[in-house]
Amino acid sequence: MKSFKYSTAKDATAAVRTASANPTAKFLAGGTNLIDLMKEYVERPSELVDLTNLNLSQIRATSSGVSLGALAKNADTANHPLIRQNYPLLSMAILAGASPQLRNMATNGGNLMQRTRCQYFYDTAMPCNKREAGSGCGALEGLNRIHAILGYSDQCVATYPGDMANALYALEAVVRVRGTNGRDRTIPIQDFHRLPGDNPSKDNNLEHGELIIAIEIPKNNFAAKSYYLKVRDRASYAFALVAVAAALETRGNNIKRARIVLGGVAHKPWRSTEAERLLIGKPATQETFEAAAEAALRDAKPLQHNGYKVELGKRAIVLALQRAMSGEVA
Amino acid sequence: MAKYIGKEMSRVDGVAKVTGKAKYAAEFKVPNLTYGVIVTSTIAKGTITSIDTTEASRAPGVVHILTHENYPRPSSGQNGGGPRRGGFRALDSAQIFFNMQPIALVVAETFEQARFAARLVKATYKEEKPMTDLIGALDQVPGQQGARTRGNPAAAFEAAPVKIEAEYTIPIEHHNPMEPHAAIAFWEGDKLTVFDKTQGVSMVRDHLAGVFQIPAENVRVTSPFVGGAFGSSLAPNYYPALTATAARVVKRPVKVVYTRTQMFTGHGYRSHTWQKVSLAAGRDGKLMAFMHDSRNNSSTIQDWVENTTSHPRNIYACPNALSIQRPVKTDMPPPCAMRAPGAVSGMFALECAMDELAYELKIDPLELRLINFTDTEPDSGKPYSSKALRECYHLGAEKFGWKDRSFEPRSMRDGRLLVGWGMATGVWGAMQVPASAKVALKVDGTAYVTSATADIGPGTYTVMTLITAEHMGLDTDKVKFELGDSNFPTAPVQGGSFTTASVGSAIYGAAQNIRQKLIDLANKDTNSVFKTAKLEDTELLEGKLCFKDGSTGSVDIFDLMRRNNVTVLEDLYTSRPSPERQNYATGAHGAQFVEVKIDPAVGTIKVTRVIEVTACGKIMNPKTSHSQEIGGVVWGIGMALHEATEVDHRHGRIMNPNLQHYHVPVNADIHEIETLFVEEDDKIVNPLGVKGMGELGMVGIPAAIANAVFHATGKRIRDLPITPDKLLAESI
Repeated sequence: MKSFKYSTAKDATAAVRTASANPTAKFLAGGTNLIDLMKEYVERPSELVDLTNLNLSQIRATSSGVSLGALAKNADTANHPLIRQNYPLLSMAILAGASPQLRNMATNGGNLMQRTRCQYFYDTAMPCNKREAGSGCGALEGLNRIHAILGYSDQCVATYPGDMANALYALEAVVRVRGTNGRDRTIPIQDFHRLPGDNPSKDNNLEHGELIIAIEIPKNNFAAKSYYLKVRDRASYAFALVAVAAALETRGNNIKRARIVLGGVAHKPWRSTEAERLLIGKPATQETFEAAAEAALRDAKPLQHNGYKVELGKRAIVLALQRAMSGEVA
Repeated sequence: MAKYIGKEMSRVDGVAKVTGKAKYAAEFKVPNLTYGVIVTSTIAKGTITSIDTTEASRAPGVVHILTHENYPRPSSGQNGGGPRRGGFRALDSAQIFFNMQPIALVVAETFEQARFAARLVKATYKEEKPMTDLIGALDQVPGQQGARTRGNPAAAFEAAPVKIEAEYTIPIEHHNPMEPHAAIAFWEGDKLTVFDKTQGVSMVRDHLAGVFQIPAENVRVTSPFVGGAFGSSLAPNYYPALTATAARVVKRPVKVVYTRTQMFTGHGYRSHTWQKVSLAAGRDGKLMAFMHDSRNNSSTIQDWVENTTSHPRNIYACPNALSIQRPVKTDMPPPCAMRAPGAVSGMFALECAMDELAYELKIDPLELRLINFTDTEPDSGKPYSSKALRECYHLGAEKFGWKDRSFEPRSMRDGRLLVGWGMATGVWGAMQVPASAKVALKVDGTAYVTSATADIGPGTYTVMTLITAEHMGLDTDKVKFELGDSNFPTAPVQGGSFTTASVGSAIYGAAQNIRQKLIDLANKDTNSVFKTAKLEDTELLEGKLCFKDGSTGSVDIFDLMRRNNVTVLEDLYTSRPSPERQNYATGAHGAQFVEVKIDPAVGTIKVTRVIEVTACGKIMNPKTSHSQEIGGVVWGIGMALHEATEVDHRHGRIMNPNLQHYHVPVNADIHEIETLFVEEDDKIVNPLGVKGMGELGMVGIPAAIANAVFHATGKRIRDLPITPDKLLAESI
């Protein structure tokens, strides 16, 4: 680990000011990913701005929905009555991630900022454009069983690893950010993360020094019929091979609104509006679900070792939709 | 009537372990300590052309940096003397044999300073293309060299009416004990002391004495507690000699701890195996031929043969057998023993093949095993000293409800989940090796027992305390047993599941001798009732020397010692396998029954129920024994469903050397596990009647799970681990 300066901030604006002044500073919240990466020499910040003292951990109802403080713990968020009742998809997604110990430390803002678990990203002896621009992509023709099948580039085939964000994409959340000018701006979650393109080192569209303040989720009618399905190599503490956040609003047996987001398949949560379009207005049948699943994976281009994700993704979508209809809880 | 043996006893070291009082290798406080951090290579094959330590040397706190360029070598040659188990010596030369090979040791005042400076060491290489894939080099050693043949297997196979042939592969797996490997070393003149994490302090002592060309008595290795090892500390590994060398150079104590990542190339691993099994039988299910061709990846430094074939060729009655097992040289570190080495890999192949044969024959898989049961060892023709495997099959089947199994695959369901029931046989040796222990009976009513054995987790402290208490006629809290110090009487490594049989027998022998000494002492009294007593008719019970049959007359042993002014009675005993063992085949056996539930949509597998029945002689302490077997089942689940060390063969580099990417089962993967014992009364194996159990518990599990997966889905996955993608590729 490289020596670094450690600072604390009394409020969000001060934190932004401190971080903005140093181009290699990073914010420290739960530290569950950042500290690991610093030990591995993957992250080498010259300064950590500790956010622990900031008053950003409330979870509260708003006129338009709910606001999740950026520093609220994942565990507290998943178990909050407002979330369990109105946004069970988010509860299920958070609880599918990491381990109880990690969820007790990890924050909502930090969860959005977590970095890929690509093995090549973690090993500083291996090429990785995300870690070191221009060094190449080790996974493109290497071990890529857990890598992307959608939206990747020849620069990077890593996936976004999180679960919480998949649900937030389905729920059309908005990320509230304190800007470097001291004013807040909002980013629709759909635009928060980015595809790798020719700049895979950049995971998301935050400017350096900008700080996530809150995540706002609008009201919806998905609570009764939503499901988070995570397929993984073991029952806990494993990243998704494929995950599906599925949410339905029905009238009778007909689908009125639908959301389908895939995790573990791309550099960001992969929402398929095409699949949603094929669900809306249709009866909630196996046939409808299969057509949607087919559409969601139509553009998939698997790598050498992850061809299974195409079939798995389709099956997972159908299964998640079935379970959403039956009102099951993961 | 046993007072302690066979009764549940909590670990004597349990409180020390959970309160942090138990000290592990890296935890000893040594004044003036320096910290060493290992730097590893980034190529798998080639030579170091230059190694630049200039910048690293200037970093704060750096005391010294060792590389192959300045590494001191003993006068007897660069490799030194002593055993070369593990085969690899750090910083020996510029040559790179495997990726993540140590190339430097940075010693600094603090761990953080050493770790930082380690990043500043820069090496350049002349790189050669590595070959690390076993499957690409199966024909490296052609022919049938080293084949073991019984009967005429090829002809029998040809003539048989029913046959199957299949290939099975198991990837490299790593032990991943919780405690990382670590050593602290310091010199006082030419006397060396090392705190090490090891399965054998005597073994490490002899190794270091050889490396430094000093008498063994000048080396003291201690390892009182080990946080799991599973074979990874059965050889000296490279770090104790590296640490001791650094300590000699910097003239201060040095501590070196592997990172989790360094553990993946620092001590060996279960080798990658490819096995082809050919089985032939009559329509009645009787085996006619068994051919087993096995290859495993090894290193270019030292050959390692994964002994996959020895147990399989002897587990069933079969007149014709052919076994081939050969290592294939790869540019990987040397493999080593990992829990149930060879046996679990070989039995995975055979027991899956037996299941395949059962389906070919349309005979129940358990019935097929019973048809081919043998009371004599096929290779030697000797009878088993004991073998309650048949009883294990019957008890396991009854407990599991095997009779309710429907034969056809995909015929059992739980709602939308596919249900599969599978079974397999487990086997391991019942070994005993020479071992010494010293028992000191003190006039204050206590006994102090020492042996240079190890307790890597099975409960050795506890069982040795229990054996001493039983045979010395003392309460367990009057017995103090110590291990893990090379100054104690020499003991073998803790491996092969032979510790209780070997060290326990030494304590038993010492207890017999001390009882004789007590009889002799008692007989100084002219009125002694023991004048004509035979040793075997007497016992020590509740502090008294008395007759086993309850005959009148006993003497308080501490009173006796006091009266004779004896403060301590000691015996140093070395136990050895009895000649009688030569007349028998010996082994420990078990039967495993497994239920899996599989989501047919997405291929996820849950092992919902395991019944494991084990016959391994006398159970000394049921509490820790069940823990051993449950742990074995969990290991089997990991092997079947999760564990795989992934190598990028382009770079010859392990890409998942951490517990995030290398999966072992987590709590959520473990459901109902019930372990049962069928006890055997066998005094031929050793006077205590105990057999090994630590390895046995996992041996049949991977095959039983794979067979259950077949029963659930109709799909044979012959390549471990069985993950959702493999099931999906078979379109369930």
